[in-house]
Amino acid sequence: MRKLRVWLLRLWAQFGRDLPEKEFAEEIETHLQMQIEDNLRSGMDPKQARREALVKSGGMEVTMQAYRDGNSLSLVETLSQDLRYTIRQLRKNPGFAVTAILVLTLGIGATVSIFSFADAALIKPLPYREPSRLVVIFGTIPLGSRFHLSFPDYYDLKKLNKVFTSFEVYDSNGFMLSTPDGGQLAPGGRVSAGFFRTLGVTPILGRDFLPGEDKPSASRTVILSYAAWQSRYGKRADVLGQTVTLDGHLNTVIGVLPPEFHFAPAAPADFWAAEHDESSCRACHWLFGLARLKDGVSIQTAQAEMTTIARQLATQYPDSNRDQGEAVVGLPEVIVGDIRPIILVLLGGAALLLLIAIVNVASLLLVRTESRKREIAVRGVLGASRRRLFRQFVTEGMVLAASASAIGLAAADGAMHLLTRLIPTDTLAGMPYLQGLGLTPRVLAFTLAISLCSAVVFSLTPIVSMSREEMRAGLTEGGRAASGTVWHKFGANLVVIELAMAVVLLVGAGLLGKSFYRLLQVDPGLEPTNLATIQLSTPRANYSKDPQIIALEQQILDRVSALPGVTSAALTNKLPVGDGDFTTSFQIVGRPNHGEDNEVAYRLVSTDYFHTLKTRLLEGRYFNANEDATKPHVILINRALARQYFPGERAVGIFLNYDGAPPESAMQVVGVIDDLREGPLDTPARAAIYAPSDQHPISSFSVVARTSVDAQSLLPTLTATIHQIDPGIAAFGASTMQERIRDSPPAYLHRASAWLVGSFAALALLLSVVGLYGVIAYSVSQRTREIGVRMALGAQRGMVYRLVLQQASGLIAVGIVIGLVGSFAASALMRSLLFATAAWDVFTLAAVSAVLGISAILASYLPARRAASVNPLEALRAE
Amino acid sequence: MGENDVWQGTMALMVLKTIESMGPLHGYGIARRIEQISGDRLVVQYGTLYPALLRLEQEGYISSEWGVSDNNRRARFYKLTRAGRRQVGKESQRWEKANAILARFVSPGEEAL
Repeated sequence: MRKLRVWLLRLWAQFGRDLPEKEFAEEIETHLQMQIEDNLRSGMDPKQARREALVKSGGMEVTMQAYRDGNSLSLVETLSQDLRYTIRQLRKNPGFAVTAILVLTLGIGATVSIFSFADAALIKPLPYREPSRLVVIFGTIPLGSRFHLSFPDYYDLKKLNKVFTSFEVYDSNGFMLSTPDGGQLAPGGRVSAGFFRTLGVTPILGRDFLPGEDKPSASRTVILSYAAWQSRYGKRADVLGQTVTLDGHLNTVIGVLPPEFHFAPAAPADFWAAEHDESSCRACHWLFGLARLKDGVSIQTAQAEMTTIARQLATQYPDSNRDQGEAVVGLPEVIVGDIRPIILVLLGGAALLLLIAIVNVASLLLVRTESRKREIAVRGVLGASRRRLFRQFVTEGMVLAASASAIGLAAADGAMHLLTRLIPTDTLAGMPYLQGLGLTPRVLAFTLAISLCSAVVFSLTPIVSMSREEMRAGLTEGGRAASGTVWHKFGANLVVIELAMAVVLLVGAGLLGKSFYRLLQVDPGLEPTNLATIQLSTPRANYSKDPQIIALEQQILDRVSALPGVTSAALTNKLPVGDGDFTTSFQIVGRPNHGEDNEVAYRLVSTDYFHTLKTRLLEGRYFNANEDATKPHVILINRALARQYFPGERAVGIFLNYDGAPPESAMQVVGVIDDLREGPLDTPARAAIYAPSDQHPISSFSVVARTSVDAQSLLPTLTATIHQIDPGIAAFGASTMQERIRDSPPAYLHRASAWLVGSFAALALLLSVVGLYGVIAYSVSQRTREIGVRMALGAQRGMVYRLVLQQASGLIAVGIVIGLVGSFAASALMRSLLFATAAWDVFTLAAVSAVLGISAILASYLPARRAASVNPLEALRAE
Repeated sequence: MGENDVWQGTMALMVLKTIESMGPLHGYGIARRIEQISGDRLVVQYGTLYPALLRLEQEGYISSEWGVSDNNRRARFYKLTRAGRRQVGKESQRWEKANAILARFVSPGEEAL
């Protein structure tokens, strides 16, 4: 108790300590004066009285020091002394301090930001009860193993299995939500009644679906996600009992899910409705299964059981169930299975960078210790204990590690958000667990751990390099220790590896960057500037007949083209630069067919489509305004189709017909256009057929508008106009054609990987350059005497430069050569990522070598200059 | 072990005892009083006295305040706290006990012979 009191008082005395000391000085002064007075009284003369008093009472300064010691905590005291000294040292040598902290900050920042992804996706437990016991059941067909189940199959699997405690289904198809402003697509899913109970999730407001609430006869109910409750209902408690119209049905809101809930396989999801469709169609697959394993049942056992039942069903219903099976996959695997290897690879890369950063800073510290040998020796001789000196090194190591960690943490926080921006919006929405991304306690603990590790390395480096003998030797001779040579060799090898790694990464980044550039240069077959697009989905109830649809389309075209700033407008069933889906197979009329499947992209477009997109007509004509169902069927084809099916002949005039269609539906080719990219830009243009939409009306389509103003500014007007015509139409995905191209999956992929590899490459470049600097500077510091002797013997400064730079360029050359060889291997591995760029792209290779070579030479120029400015007299006298 | 070390160990008790018998007293007074009691066989230096005072104050056995001495000097006066009074009793007893035990070794009685 008393001890604690003493300790607290001493701690308190650390602050504002001037006053007690002044008072104490006064107290002692009084003491002295009283002694002098007594001495005078006993008959001494003033001078003698004073001397006697001083002798008797002991040294004033010593007492002051004893008092100070008694009134302070020696640890805190020396720590703050060490800290002050460290900061003074670092400020004296800002180049070292900035470089070391910067390098370490980058290493720590990169590692921490990648770790935070690992934390959010892989470490943080999923928000379900015992997530490892949950499995997803997919349908398997010969094409693959992650397909849907049909309702009757689900029903049988649920009834016959003995491995699941519960077996539910979900779909993630979303809803058409009716709002006062018109129809909107709302993300969501339909689930069987026990879905949330199986997950082990309870609504925070209201109730879960009741058993039987998913029967076709039950009244329709919906549960909101927390985010939807927040954004659509302002977190109002009276949301329960309100109704919402989904897909044209009234649904009553009965509950709100917890904020931490997410379900990636159906994400993003605002609305969770009960599945009411008990279709008896065994060939209609649209559901996924979710089940909880019984205790003691493994995934393998469950899989075997599903396979047995599937075989039974296949015998029972050969028409629909032949070659059908089920795949049982753990829910965590379904959620993070795809992203896990990516995160682990990135984490490995970041850890490697961090390791190199630490070694580099250690090497810089070594250089500094060399140049401080004398100072440290002096301190040692003047009585600084070995422990005190070591504590000084430890303090320095901790200051470096701590400041780098603090800045690194801030950098990581920024980097995290930059990294999420590299993920396409849709993909990101499918990874709801990344919402937990941030500086969580786990991430902070991880940062602390790596910070401590690096502090240990930085403390030990100078301690080990500076044995007691060397400390004394430092005063007398600048002798080279054996450890110096060992370090030099290790450091040189390390730098070669770092340089090689930087080359590989830089080449990778360069090739990906060039691919991205090339991708954006691809001719999409249209004029992308000033082109606005929007996708529409019409409610089936109001537009089920062709004339209704044609009337609506005409109205939309009229209204949109009349908008100020719009020069022309058109419709298509699917916008260009998409996934290239929506296909048909055809026969050439009058030519024999050998059973081959002529599958081509199939587009239904309005008359002005080609004018609006500004495509290029190669042959024949575009559609005429009056070409509707009453006129003969006509089509346009693209160059790819013409080249594939009619090489060397005139395609215009030839008749095509759909596979298996009656002869009267045959269509005549009236024109050939240059390839309009329907599919992704990084694959060759595929054959395509264009038919007039008036001859083949469909209920969901997209509008394109050529504008005379900035297309972006027209997007809100476009949505508003559609909803003015019919609020029931869902209008979504409004974007300009340029955005579509820029945000298309291949562009995303190339841009994201170019950025990612590019940032790693920049880090690697920086680290290798700093590493090289460290090694060269160390070797220069070791050779100061040799250089001095050489210069004393008449060597010119130019020669000293050559000496140092020769050593450096040796390392650089080896590093670059190894790196170039490595990049051949690496770019061969990523050839599939490259677009219109050779893996051995000479320009990239040359540019990388030049960038790396120049920066490396610059880094070694600094120590070379220091070597050349050695004063031979001083270098020799210093011995 | 120098002679001084013995006195340092017992300085706290001597200070407490002195203040107990004399009442509030300044550092110089305490030093003089201890010297006097020891028959001038002890010389109390600042370096021994003041750290001991500081420690006792930190431990809460004495408290101090500024006052004016007999010859009109500003001086810091030390007085016993309640805990200090208890501590004087405890420490004196301990000291006597230890002394008695030690005495048996230093000048052994008849029973040991």
